[in-house]
Amino acid sequence: MSIQDRVIAIIAEQAVLEPSDVTPDSTLEELGIDSLGLVESIFAIEEAFDITIPFNANEPAKSDFDISSVATIVAGIEKLVAEQDKS
Amino acid sequence: MKRVVITGAGTINALGHNVPETLAAMREGRCGIGQLEFRDVERLSIQIGGQIKGFEAEGHFNRQQMTLYDRFTQFALIAAREAITQSGLEFSGDLANRAGVVLGTAGGGVSTWDDNYRAVYEEGKNRVHPFVVPKLMMNAAASHVSMEYNLRGPSFTVSTACASSNHAMAQAFQMVRSGMSPAMITGGSESMLCFGGIKAWEGLRVMSRDACRPFSANRNGMVQGEGAGIFVFEEYEHARARGADIMAEVAGYAMSSDAADIVMPSKQGASRAIAGALRDAGIPADKVGYINAHGTGTAANDKTECAAVADVFGRHADKLMISSTKSMHGHLIGATGAVELLACIMALRDGIIAPTIGYEEFDPECALDVVPNEAREVSVDVALSNAFAFGGLNAVLALRRI
Repeated sequence: MSIQDRVIAIIAEQAVLEPSDVTPDSTLEELGIDSLGLVESIFAIEEAFDITIPFNANEPAKSDFDISSVATIVAGIEKLVAEQDKS
Repeated sequence: MKRVVITGAGTINALGHNVPETLAAMREGRCGIGQLEFRDVERLSIQIGGQIKGFEAEGHFNRQQMTLYDRFTQFALIAAREAITQSGLEFSGDLANRAGVVLGTAGGGVSTWDDNYRAVYEEGKNRVHPFVVPKLMMNAAASHVSMEYNLRGPSFTVSTACASSNHAMAQAFQMVRSGMSPAMITGGSESMLCFGGIKAWEGLRVMSRDACRPFSANRNGMVQGEGAGIFVFEEYEHARARGADIMAEVAGYAMSSDAADIVMPSKQGASRAIAGALRDAGIPADKVGYINAHGTGTAANDKTECAAVADVFGRHADKLMISSTKSMHGHLIGATGAVELLACIMALRDGIIAPTIGYEEFDPECALDVVPNEAREVSVDVALSNAFAFGGLNAVLALRRI
């Protein structure tokens, strides 16, 4: 399963949707994921990939992690996973 | 001042998953205390408790709710559902804005602390679930009840160890009596039956390894329980106007502080709370037919409590009945007064006095009618519910038949 498929599966579970309903351009808001759901999703992604996501719920926009769509989240995770593989 | 009545009751505890089951067990003198079942229990020297058996959160809550609710919140929501359904109240408009929820708990989400400390300390994990704080906070149960039933008025949690729910119900009572709120949801909930919860209590060396035998000369300590008791306290005219079924009247209360010792009880502190509740309710001492004792089954509590009752009631102390239902459901700590209030309601409404079970040997220091081992049928007009907490904080409620 690709990183994108795994992330979509996690987000879909959080949004109580089928993975097919979650597309790369979906935003979390469109998927009905609130702030608590967001931190829960980030936790689930960290657990799944064994990475640490630099996300501060106080200032999501200023975090070094773009959550504006599923695609940006996937891109951020791919970067973190690649960095982890290098180290 | 307004009169305050109880128009709904709910519970889940070791004796039953609702009020009828619990009262039936109390009538039969059934014991809900048994072998504890949870992870690492074999490392405990105390392995008995009044644990709720046959309860699965799955049937009551969805997956999202289960990740957010500690066991103490689950118990509160289940008991609140029973109480509010029975009351028939629906909270909207002005009623919703003025009705709130005041609950007692001593430990809050103890098993959430326990599970997550285990994960980071024992298992070496460096990350915990984001809901750890909203799950374990002491006010989680009260907040979820407020959200579930649209209660938008004054809501908070009271924490005074073993007197938490009596203090909480005293607050709710005061709010309805003063006219501040036409109805309040109140009571308490507790769930400390997990490895860390019992391990902490073991340290005090006040726990029994075999049974809770309040007032019996061979008593050897307390036994913990878990669960919740929740009530609807409603202004009398408000309840009457809508034809509600009234279970009993809450007539008064008093609170006192021993200001003496962090664990040892004081006769004076207890007496002042009992006498104060009678004074507040305007009830003469000789009208009291039943007292639901704090009756923990420790050497210190039971003799101190009996001495306090003898002081307050004088010769009438020999005529009234006093029992400890902790012998059946265990000590629910911050929820105990709430579950025990059910025994007071049963005494007033049904004329059935719950027994002190496990009673084996007369103790001259507890020479009162403790209703040993078998329930009794006696009509009672006034009942008291005692709670005397660690820290010397006491709260006594007075209930009247209506």
